[in-house]
Amino acid sequence: MQALAGLDLDIAEGEFLAVLGPSGCGKSTMLRLIAGLEAPDAGTITAPGRDIGFVFQEPTLMPWAGALRNVALPLELAGMPRRQAEARAAQMLERVGLGDFAAAYPRALSGGMRMRVSIARALVTRPRLLLMDEPFAALDEITRFRLNNDLLALWRELRCTVVFVTHSVFESVYLAERIAVMSARPGRVVAQHLVPAADRAEPEFRTSAAYAAHCRAVSHALEAA
Amino acid sequence: MRHLKYLLPALVGLAFLGGWEWIVRANAIPPYILPGPVLVARTLARDWNSLSVSLLVTLQITFAALVVAAALGLLLAVLFSQSRLLELSLFPYAVVLQVTPIVAVAPLIIIWVEDVRVALLICAWIVAFFPILSNTTLGLNSTDRNLEDLFRLYGATRWQKLWRLRLPTALPYFLAGLRISGGLSLIGAIAAEFVAGTGGAASGLAYRIMEAGFQLQIPRMFAALALICFTGILIYLALSLVSHLMLRRWHESER
Repeated sequence: MQALAGLDLDIAEGEFLAVLGPSGCGKSTMLRLIAGLEAPDAGTITAPGRDIGFVFQEPTLMPWAGALRNVALPLELAGMPRRQAEARAAQMLERVGLGDFAAAYPRALSGGMRMRVSIARALVTRPRLLLMDEPFAALDEITRFRLNNDLLALWRELRCTVVFVTHSVFESVYLAERIAVMSARPGRVVAQHLVPAADRAEPEFRTSAAYAAHCRAVSHALEAA
Repeated sequence: MRHLKYLLPALVGLAFLGGWEWIVRANAIPPYILPGPVLVARTLARDWNSLSVSLLVTLQITFAALVVAAALGLLLAVLFSQSRLLELSLFPYAVVLQVTPIVAVAPLIIIWVEDVRVALLICAWIVAFFPILSNTTLGLNSTDRNLEDLFRLYGATRWQKLWRLRLPTALPYFLAGLRISGGLSLIGAIAAEFVAGTGGAASGLAYRIMEAGFQLQIPRMFAALALICFTGILIYLALSLVSHLMLRRWHESER
């Protein structure tokens, strides 16, 4: 079955791009292609190789290891000595607000906290590109809003490129500088929408008139797809 | 609720033993047909010296077989997980080993292997081996798909994947297999002892049972049987404790 066809998408360095589309439009496949987890049948993908962080829909933590060891995993797999890896992992855990939970096993953490650990793990290698596959879809709205804000703060601080796949119009407009709207079968980008920095900088952007207008425009693009 | 967990089985056990004793006394059943539990307990205490020596012999074979079964089962499961071809070619023969009745092959093994204790060990091992192999193989193949992708994304080597992902995933399965095999290796050891029928000082509990049977010392037979039961329960509890200690911090079964 053809998941994607005629997909042409450039992503600028340091950009926050949201990819929006219905279930089954090939968003996840696109991320897996960029990450090199799958190979395309045709066409080329230019990505910064190993320099990639990936956040899955589920937190995908090792249940037998504490939060710190989970975050340190990518560094240890790359051959960094355990002490050094754990020191850097501790810093990253601190950054996502879980400094006090280094020893906690995933079982003991809430859904939101597990996702924070997962994000810390993706960022611990300081990747140039962060791929996120509907990471907050399973969380309640309050937790999701908080994680949205924290993710934006991290992005501004670390300045990595983010490709954020979501099926929520509201989430895409709140987070991204640019939104690529996809349609299904076969998946392709049908429209792109920019959210200017001036609008995003507005205090209480989430309740502003500009936010509502962007949401409306993106919804229309999605319906037209 | 916590107390009920221990109280209820204890009550059932007491009621069973009480009923047994009552039936024996009320019907005046002679001890060479069915001894009451009180007589069995008294015989166990009286013959403790000779029975405990035999218990030790049986336990040595049981534990040696369990250790070998655990080591070989784990090793073979790891090899299977690394090579699908190896699994396809060898797994059917592991099943053959499992479905062959041990009492049918034990005489052959005892003829072929000169040292009786080694022969007994092999018999017990055959019985104990399969649950560990099949459980661990299942565990090694049960890794989380996303975690596997993650390891791939970070370029993990085969060895890293095995050591950091597949073996930890398989640990609960392995421990469950070990719990089954603990009891089975005891059964295997005793079944083989029955077939071997070795006499002398270094003979196991099965020989004591046969010996008591020939001499119509039925209470002694029951005492040896009770000893085997207790030992089996103890092995199970000990292995459950090991499993609990290794999994309590993270596994869902230990909530």
